Amino acid sequence: MKLNRRKFIGAGAAAAATLSAPAVLADGHGKPRVVVIGGGAGGATVARYLAKDSKGAIDVTLVEPSRSYFTCFFSNLYIAGFTDLEDISHTYGTLAAKYGINVVHDWAIDVDRAGKTVTLAGGAQLSYDKLILSPGIDFVEDAVPGWSVAAQNVMPHAYKAGSQSELLKAQIAAMPEGGTFAMVAPPNPYRCPPGPYERVSMVAHVLKQINPSAKILVIDPKEKFSKQGLFEEGWQSHYTGMIERIGPDFGGTNVSVNPDDMTIDIDGMVEKVDVCNVIPAQKAGRIADIAGVTDGNWVPVNAADLSTKVDPDVHVLGDAAAQGDMPKSGFAANSQAKVCAMAVRGALTGSKVFPAKFTNTCWSLIDTDDGVKVGATYEATAEKIAKVDGFISQNGEDAATRKATYEESIGWYAGITADMFG
Amino acid sequence: MPQRFLTLVLAVIFAAGTARSEAIGDAEAGAGIFEMCSGCHEIGKGAQDAIGPHLNGLFGRPAAAHDGFAYSASMKRAGVDGLVWDLSRLDAYIANPRALVSKTRMSFDGLDDAQERADLLAYLRRFSDNPQNIPEAAPTARGTDHSVAPEILALQGDPEYGEYLSSECVSCHQIDGSANGIPSITHWPEDDFVVAMHAYKAKLRSHPVMQMMAGRLSNEEIAALAAYFGALD
Repeated sequence: MKLNRRKFIGAGAAAAATLSAPAVLADGHGKPRVVVIGGGAGGATVARYLAKDSKGAIDVTLVEPSRSYFTCFFSNLYIAGFTDLEDISHTYGTLAAKYGINVVHDWAIDVDRAGKTVTLAGGAQLSYDKLILSPGIDFVEDAVPGWSVAAQNVMPHAYKAGSQSELLKAQIAAMPEGGTFAMVAPPNPYRCPPGPYERVSMVAHVLKQINPSAKILVIDPKEKFSKQGLFEEGWQSHYTGMIERIGPDFGGTNVSVNPDDMTIDIDGMVEKVDVCNVIPAQKAGRIADIAGVTDGNWVPVNAADLSTKVDPDVHVLGDAAAQGDMPKSGFAANSQAKVCAMAVRGALTGSKVFPAKFTNTCWSLIDTDDGVKVGATYEATAEKIAKVDGFISQNGEDAATRKATYEESIGWYAGITADMFG
Repeated sequence: MPQRFLTLVLAVIFAAGTARSEAIGDAEAGAGIFEMCSGCHEIGKGAQDAIGPHLNGLFGRPAAAHDGFAYSASMKRAGVDGLVWDLSRLDAYIANPRALVSKTRMSFDGLDDAQERADLLAYLRRFSDNPQNIPEAAPTARGTDHSVAPEILALQGDPEYGEYLSSECVSCHQIDGSANGIPSITHWPEDDFVVAMHAYKAKLRSHPVMQMMAGRLSNEEIAALAAYFGALD
């Protein structure tokens, strides 16, 4: 996005005018138009709710490059064999057929906020009254020296699900007896805070069965991590002696990798490993930068409607947003999407706007039938999305509770994917 | 029993249930009636499958869903077709088993007396307070009276507001009513819904997510959700 300050002020003024008189939009060029970029937990949900609740009064276009979308949530369960890849794969047919959403499988490559258009890689231009970006994450370049996206087929991140998940699973299966699986964990903030540690659990679950003398090495720049007490208790009881975590005190912040000879250098100590799962530091998906709405790695947004701080007609959901207290999770993106859809619909059609409520719950699996969860409720304040109340599973819960928690996560998966894809 | 009469009886039972303070029937009398059943069915602590399946946790369970018991093909099909043992279905089944499941192996001709059935159901209900793996009781499980004030029960919910609020619920609960690890919340009688939500809010029901979710809902918001989910197509 090439937009100087003067142009932007002009755009802002125009936006303010349309906001105060939403009917003008409809008079100007038929139905109000919303373009959504990104078809994950945020984008698919916001598109579906806008189309569903406006009952055809809003023209909704969803831009998503992939025809099959693999959810990141439950992809660790796929690595452990608890679910198949097909079971976490979803398509956009229902959103198009049942809800009348114009689903475009293409890359968005440019955003002209002054002209209110989005350009696609295929050359098409889409005009919008409201633009909603839900682009997920990209990786910060050189976050882990020696690693780049070009090395992802040697040292997979598997932090966008699909072929990367398949690759990591195959590499684990091919590890030599007694070999080493290394994970380079990311610094905060990143997608799915318990994700790396659920993955460690799931890798341990596989290795315990097929390669019980193998080791897991976690190199972690963080002092603490999500659900730490629960994971460490589970690792101790299910995978005794298999997992070693190197935190910042022992060089976890000073790591580089060499994909050519499969070594990692931890604070000067070089270690040969058999699988190296590099989860680099993260930032908002690239289109957010192109649109010129980022500040640093993320996009500051207003809590009440997820609009960006710099442009009231551009909203950003999910992992890419710097919104306050919510973690970057699929559940959170889905929750933000519903608040955003209500606010955008209100702005465009005059429908009633209720106070924003947000929720998050993250389930993690430690071993067969050993599920744990953490969750919280949130509200919109002037400054941010602020936490109201929360809970977390307790250490030492009985097996029946843990099993019920796991089964609950399966129910949640069915619920949220139906809520996203119809 | 003629169908019309059965419908009337059920209407009476539901009316009694809605009044909330009244139990399904007299469970003590039901314990005596259960002696007719106990030749084949065990119930209570340590109950095991015998000629018939044990009857713990029966309310809210789909037909033929109890692992390890060899059900008739007819009963299995009923389960696949979606038969769930709620109050009205159990009442109909006990009244005339073959009317509901045509080739059931349960060799019982039926219990004509509506009061006796109600008493028996009240007794059976005692052993269904905690359906397996789901801490939430089914809407028909009228075993607990959490005494919500009448003026709260009388609130008329705004379904439009309920529809918006519902978007938080359907991140987990399926809008089509299917239940897989997370219970269905659609088509509950409104009063039951309101009572259940207030029981979470008061932390009488135990589930931490639901306590958190209900904890920040006002009386009006709970009524709005009950109105919306109760009236879904």
